[in-house]
Amino acid sequence: MIDYGFTPRNIVAELNIASSYYIAGVAAAIGFKMLLFNIGIDGQYRMAVFFAAVVGGAVTLPPILHVTLIIIVGAVVGGLWGSIAGYLKVKRGISEVISNIMLNVIAGGLVAFLLQPGRLGEQADGSNNLNTPILATSGWMPTIKFLDGEIHSFLIVSVFIGIGYWVLLNKSVFGFNLRSTGMSFRAARAGGVNAPRMIFVTMALSGAIAGLTGMGTLLSETHSYSISFPSGYALTGLALALLGRNHPVGIAFAAFFWAFLDRSAGVLDLNGVPREIITIMQGTIVLSIVVAYELIKRINQKQEQRLVGNAGIEQISVPKAESEKNA
Amino acid sequence: MSILTKEKLKKTVTSPSRIAIIVAVVLIVASIVRRITGADDITSAGATGATLRFTIPLLMAGLGGLWAERSGVINIGLEGMMIAGTWLGAWFGFLHGPLVGFICAAIGGALIGLFHGFLVVKIGIDQAVSGLAINLLALGTARYLSSIYFAPNGGDISLSPQVKQPGVFSVPILSSFLADLNAKNIIVISDAAGILGGFVTEVSYATVLLFLLVPISTWLLWRTRFGLRLRFCGENPVAAESLGVKVFRTRYIALAISGMFASLGGAYLCMVSASVYREGQTAGRGFIGLATVIFGNWRPTGVLAGSFLFGFTDALRVRQSTSVHAILLVIVILGLLFAMWKLFQRNYKVFGISALSSLIVGVIFLKVPKIPDEFVTFFPNLATILVLVLLAQKLRPPAMLAVPFREREEGH
Repeated sequence: MIDYGFTPRNIVAELNIASSYYIAGVAAAIGFKMLLFNIGIDGQYRMAVFFAAVVGGAVTLPPILHVTLIIIVGAVVGGLWGSIAGYLKVKRGISEVISNIMLNVIAGGLVAFLLQPGRLGEQADGSNNLNTPILATSGWMPTIKFLDGEIHSFLIVSVFIGIGYWVLLNKSVFGFNLRSTGMSFRAARAGGVNAPRMIFVTMALSGAIAGLTGMGTLLSETHSYSISFPSGYALTGLALALLGRNHPVGIAFAAFFWAFLDRSAGVLDLNGVPREIITIMQGTIVLSIVVAYELIKRINQKQEQRLVGNAGIEQISVPKAESEKNA
Repeated sequence: MSILTKEKLKKTVTSPSRIAIIVAVVLIVASIVRRITGADDITSAGATGATLRFTIPLLMAGLGGLWAERSGVINIGLEGMMIAGTWLGAWFGFLHGPLVGFICAAIGGALIGLFHGFLVVKIGIDQAVSGLAINLLALGTARYLSSIYFAPNGGDISLSPQVKQPGVFSVPILSSFLADLNAKNIIVISDAAGILGGFVTEVSYATVLLFLLVPISTWLLWRTRFGLRLRFCGENPVAAESLGVKVFRTRYIALAISGMFASLGGAYLCMVSASVYREGQTAGRGFIGLATVIFGNWRPTGVLAGSFLFGFTDALRVRQSTSVHAILLVIVILGLLFAMWKLFQRNYKVFGISALSSLIVGVIFLKVPKIPDEFVTFFPNLATILVLVLLAQKLRPPAMLAVPFREREEGH
């Protein structure tokens, strides 16, 4: 399995998959930094890629401009779709998990509806695959020859997204506000941060990044959106952010690992092992990692408490549940 | 004292009669619309039967969600537990008959519920993470096990061999009487007979047994000491603990029941709604179950109403898509009646909103010849979002839902 996963052809495929996964992971990580559980990545990505493909297919522009337009449309649509959940959370106090689950289904239905021939989609002769009109070549992104295959140049964009995420979070006022709101809603508020607004903006930002998830495939491979575009990016993104502990480099490794597992599943069938074992493996990995983090956190906390206790400082403990509830 | 008793008296007097009036109005409107549009399926016995078959899985998932959420734990893993139920029900139903299928599904679901409980209650990981992981694991495991067990027995990786359905019964005299009445085509009465007929004709034993879980849940949660403690854990676990309630144990029990119910819903789906396990059979019903919990304002009867509504649309979509279109007209008329009633009460704001929205639906009815299936598919989700947006103030979720809670340890 490992040999198969590291053949040159597969490494290229894995890098391409990983670049999509990575963006989904970053989108989830931004949410996590704010204690937001953006399970809506699926819907945001689907709406974004679809509308980007539609807008991109409808116009012809000079090369670079065209690609930029498509990417921006994707980010804006993803951001708008994500901000619905943000709005509901801030104004109505609705858990973003619930609203996003609902919004995912709605997005899937809307796109399936609009993709019908005669609306925004078309059906190629002799195929039952529905897709949007093919982009003009000016809207294609070149691929880079590497080993035996061709890497989407969108991979570079995802690297920049990673860098941007790190800079934004660690080197900007916005990032500071975001992290502090995530750590303590009340403290941030007392410190002058407009915390509800931060939640809204974060949700929209997470959605905007999620909107870029499938761009590599769209711009360099299929050049149109079709129903065969993969789903399940929300789960993957959240898993990767958890594995990589919300760190851009950690998520990158996790993304490649995930893509490696996905790709290697192919060889299992050849050897008579059902490939579903990979899904089970991925689920188990996520659970074990999360459980391990939680246990380590608990042990550290206990040690700290003991240290504090030994130092003879009186310790004021606020029940955790209460402080969390107000957040 | 007088205010309280008067209030109570008023409620008991008006509430059933009000329900009766509402039911009558809906029936009359539906019967008129059936005549105008020719969508006979709105009030036929067959449609009611199908509605029941589509309602029960949602209801079970909803009740499962309710039990978990009332104890303060959100259960995103309902979908995975349903998948487990479909698989277990199909396999053991295939081997030993439907009864064993249901029992095994219940046990398996309870075990998964306990696993979810172990992760979120004992270890304390994020409740959504655990639920999603369970969904992923159930999906993969079901497929994996199918390839091992179903493939050599006449199925394949995504399909089980045929499963025997549990028995059905018709209430002797009543069923044929209602069928006769329905055939006579008298306005309103025939329609009522058609709808009622669906409840007494060829009903599966499983339907009745699972349906009984609604009153049982209500009784357990609201009329017993155990239920009070369970709800206490959802409202304020810290206080509950200080009064000696074993929060962890209560939540474990709640989650075991939650998993059991969801899994039973899955087993019902593959043995009664269909007679075979198919991959993707649950089709997000676990999530719709979560939605019915919100829709029903965290009450069993509310969950029941929500499941009926969503099950009804599901059934119509499958049976006859013209009915969905006809339903729009029912909504328009009911909406206008409601608006007039509000105008009579001089509640102008609600009047404006309901009149406007029913007019919009009316325009859609006239302009769009057929409601696309995609919209019907996500109707439950859209409805839930709308309820959340419009009625968020009136919803009463458990106060400490999904808030992490640690038991106090010795020496603190």
